Amino acid sequence: MPDATPTNGTPRIGFYVCHCGTNIAGTVDVKAVADYVATLNGVVVSREYKYMCSDPGQELIQQDIREQKLNRIVVASCSPLLHEHTFRHATEQGGLNPFFFQMVNIRENVSWVHTDQAAATQKAKDLTRAAIRRVFSHKALEPKRVPINAAVLVVGGGIAGIHAALTLANAGKHVYLVEREPTIGGHMAMFDKTFPTLDCAACILTPKMSAVKSHPNITLWTYSEVAGVDGYVGNYKVKVKRKPRYIKEDLCVGCMECVTACIYKDARFPDEFNVGLSKRKPVYIPFPQATPQVVLFDPETCLQLKKGKCKQTCIEACDRECIDFTQTEEFKDIEVGTIILATGFQPFDPAKTPYYGYGRYPNVYTALEVERLVNASGPTGGEVVLRDGSHPKAVGIIHCVGSRDEKTNRWCSRVCCMYSLKLAHLVKEHTGAEVYNFYIDMRTPGKGYEEFYDKLLKEGVHFIRGRVAEVTDWAMTPQEEGKLVVRVEDTLIGSVRRVPLDMVILAQGLEPRADAQDVRRMFNISCATEGFFLERHPKLAPVNTFTDGVFIAGACQGPRDIPDTVAQAGAAAAEALALIDAGHMELEPNTAYIREEDCSGCKSCVPLCPYKAISFLEDKKKAWINEALCKGCGTCVAACPSGSIVQNLFEDEQIFNEIDGLLSELAQV
Amino acid sequence: MPDKPKVAFYWCASCGGCEESVVDLAEGILGVVDAVDIIFWPVAMDFKRSDVEAMADGSILVSMINGAVRSTEQEEMVRMLRRKSQLVIAYGACAHLGGIPGLANQFDREQILKFVYEESPSTQNIEKTYPTLKFQEDGRTVTLPEMHRLVRTLDQVIPVDYYLPGCPPTPKLLQQALTALLSGTAPPKGSVLSPDIALCEECPRKETKPPDLSFTAFKRPHTSELDPEKCLLTQGFLCMGPATRGGCEALCVQGNMPCSGCFGPTSRVKDQGAKFLSSICSNVVATDEKEIDATLATIPDPVGTFYRYGLAASLLRARMGRQAEV
Amino acid sequence: MSQPTDKPSNGNPPAKWEPRIVAFFCNWCTYTAADLAGVSRMKHASNVRIIRVMCSGRVDPQFVLEAFAKGADGVLIGGCHFGDCHYSEGNYKAARRIRMLRRVLADMGIEADRFRLEWISASEGEKVKLVINDMAEKVKALGPLGMPGQFKDFDREMEHLEAEAGVKEVAHAG
Repeated sequence: MPDATPTNGTPRIGFYVCHCGTNIAGTVDVKAVADYVATLNGVVVSREYKYMCSDPGQELIQQDIREQKLNRIVVASCSPLLHEHTFRHATEQGGLNPFFFQMVNIRENVSWVHTDQAAATQKAKDLTRAAIRRVFSHKALEPKRVPINAAVLVVGGGIAGIHAALTLANAGKHVYLVEREPTIGGHMAMFDKTFPTLDCAACILTPKMSAVKSHPNITLWTYSEVAGVDGYVGNYKVKVKRKPRYIKEDLCVGCMECVTACIYKDARFPDEFNVGLSKRKPVYIPFPQATPQVVLFDPETCLQLKKGKCKQTCIEACDRECIDFTQTEEFKDIEVGTIILATGFQPFDPAKTPYYGYGRYPNVYTALEVERLVNASGPTGGEVVLRDGSHPKAVGIIHCVGSRDEKTNRWCSRVCCMYSLKLAHLVKEHTGAEVYNFYIDMRTPGKGYEEFYDKLLKEGVHFIRGRVAEVTDWAMTPQEEGKLVVRVEDTLIGSVRRVPLDMVILAQGLEPRADAQDVRRMFNISCATEGFFLERHPKLAPVNTFTDGVFIAGACQGPRDIPDTVAQAGAAAAEALALIDAGHMELEPNTAYIREEDCSGCKSCVPLCPYKAISFLEDKKKAWINEALCKGCGTCVAACPSGSIVQNLFEDEQIFNEIDGLLSELAQV
Repeated sequence: MPDKPKVAFYWCASCGGCEESVVDLAEGILGVVDAVDIIFWPVAMDFKRSDVEAMADGSILVSMINGAVRSTEQEEMVRMLRRKSQLVIAYGACAHLGGIPGLANQFDREQILKFVYEESPSTQNIEKTYPTLKFQEDGRTVTLPEMHRLVRTLDQVIPVDYYLPGCPPTPKLLQQALTALLSGTAPPKGSVLSPDIALCEECPRKETKPPDLSFTAFKRPHTSELDPEKCLLTQGFLCMGPATRGGCEALCVQGNMPCSGCFGPTSRVKDQGAKFLSSICSNVVATDEKEIDATLATIPDPVGTFYRYGLAASLLRARMGRQAEV
Repeated sequence: MSQPTDKPSNGNPPAKWEPRIVAFFCNWCTYTAADLAGVSRMKHASNVRIIRVMCSGRVDPQFVLEAFAKGADGVLIGGCHFGDCHYSEGNYKAARRIRMLRRVLADMGIEADRFRLEWISASEGEKVKLVINDMAEKVKALGPLGMPGQFKDFDREMEHLEAEAGVKEVAHAG
């Protein structure tokens, strides 16, 4: 029998089983459950109702608490992850401490996953009986209130991070925007025109970039990375590593005299911003509108930094004395209340699809490379040319490279059809070549997208529906000599075709970044199976994570286009603002505490806590848990060899009662 | 003049150590015999079972029963003593927890009998003579008590009022218990008569245990030197002190041997072996399954180690299927 | 005694016996994955009864033993993959305890397939279904463990004396 010593009198339990329309009632015989529970020890009220989470449903609970003098509530309905707080609130509204409530999941765990009605009903009864037994030993608890520091950390300075930072800064909050690259702008800065309006990416992005730079509420740290995160919602302590540019950032005006004067007369090293299509010197600025407008030195290629001996013509040329080769990395400690991760994506590496010939045939390009080619400030001044400088007469764009593919990535990368159409348009415009798009499905769901596709159809671009099997230079006919041949099944005409082309563009998909796992561990969030950051709920909480205070926005959560990215960034900023303006957050009171009179001072628990919440008090010779640091995992509770640690909400007695309730005979309680 | 309170002692499946612990009261025993009337003590006095049967129900103040219950005779005796007594104390680890005899619950009766009467290295039993429950000769029938299939703690057979833990209980604890009972200041029924806190609290080596102890391997007392000053668990020996109720003044530790858990768990723990297992495994260093197993392999007999005294009282109580290798 | 008892211990008229498996799922990974399996309507066996804990590190070996002692035919523990624990290291502690507990259970005659530890992340709803179906099948093949019935059975050896005594002694423990 459960030890019936609740803290507020003999248990008088109100039980409610929800039909949830037919979601539950269609499989579980809810009336039978209600009737059964009415017979259990301690149950005063046992009702069934169509929608417990609705206002009338919640009213029912409150009314019964008052009229029937209930002191425990059990609701059998959906998952506690969904509605536990709803019913706790209703319990509280009824005048009872909200933690005298226990929820039974008979939807996600029963009615939605079982087909045998008898078995499902039996399971619902067992789970309910367990909850009834458990709730006997529930105690009144007060949630922990933590204050929220108004400063925000935004990690990642692409369009998502920029938009989130500006939104928050405009709301008067202080933002630290940390970006790994030497400039903000992200992938969007590399694009030429954006679909479907063909806006110039730089034109719409650069005003935002400079707004970030000049905003009094934003501390912009580029060429920096987050090195460590400690703390919890409202009170995060973050360590940021600032990598050395070897430039005094506040003195440099971006005149680039040092670049001109560099001992390397010619640029020799692959230019990252132009995806290796052009070269740069060891001292460089990523692109003309880079923000901040400050050069940097590459320690791998600069002679002074690598070998320690150079004429240092750059220093001579700099009249503001900005260059400082003695710089080292610097660590900054900041305190913020909320964090927004906007770390973006990485493009699929077509080396993983060798049958498309990237790296083997010089004129197979990735989409990102072609973005740089068509860009007027790119490596070729906007000329779409082959490696030998000539203009292509026939260009093919292969869709779904590294997407919708069991061999590489299963997902659809969402933006590639649209950017492939855009590139088709731009290439045709720049070169007049015949353009072929090899697609599986044409995915154009956004506003104006279908109309854009329509326009392309009228421009004379050729569309061939089929997944390309391979790109080869092996000619079978004289017309194919010296060309790249795409072999594809044209499914609409039902035959295999060989299409000779001068240039092949691979529409590479979007992937999670290679270090996504390391990053997410640092911030204590999860990744989904594909490796993108995991949202709390795919529909109702797409920018929240399971960690309070940490939000995600943009492509790091999944492939998306610029409009959706900006929308998400705004959403994440709003979530952060909601917390900040509330001023505090209530944390689940499921922390552990040590019963001092029971503790023998054996110290077995002290090394167990990763948050260092447990310490040994030398004066009392007992262990002690700092409630503010305890996260409520319960590991120490299970480990204490004398049973002297208790976890609120998950006490041994409560769990033993739950186990016993699950297994006890139907007839007796 | 009112009669002195009547006291009985009885032993079930036990080694006799608990009886000796009473004798170990030494001069204190005189205080005991003065204050009470011992009306039954098979090891030391010549009262017969029929003497006790003849007494009125409830006329014995307290019966102190040691040993686990393993046979029909022991069962009969403890039931009878329960009827005749106001209070029953489960005396010692065997009555409290099943004790070392409880480890027999890993085997079945037939396996044990076979081992004892045939297979053990020192047994010479060519005729394969086994104890027989009933034997007739010359018109007379002699019987033997039957071994139960299961070893039981005292409270798994009769209701018990108090428990005196220990293998054996220390004379000090016994003295305190008797004094409390006789003066009417006994704690609530069902209590274990020793402090409800783990042994580390009173251990003389407590200061030498660091707050960050973790394990890569465990040592056994017969294979390694034991430092007489340092905490034994810190040295890598499986000292069950953290999981064991105190009150014994850490006598074993003072004798430079690790605590083996004879006082049983605190009242907050249902299964002492499981809790000790949980505690030391949580502090194992290894994070890789193979390495974890390698560390844990240095404990060759988990049941014998974690449940040395408490198997019969543990949550599982006995081996299912009972086909263990003897 | 090695034959399982046929009578299901829930006292109902013996229908086709179905194993009862108690599961401890950690809130952040496995419980969320089970919910995902629900949202995705992934039908699976109905033998598992879930108890939600915040972390697999909360699972006290006593819970496992209590479950078996009170009649569970199997116990399943679900936690996060190594490196993914929401509380950093709780799952490592769980793993260490469980590997030793496994040895104890083996020595106590409980078949290995009755006790299972699975690492299931929040997005692995499919894995929840597969694990539950697989475990239900394996435990079904093993038959009921029936510990309460076992002990009722053992206690019959004391019945005749209880009857003779004329009084049913109520044991203090057990």
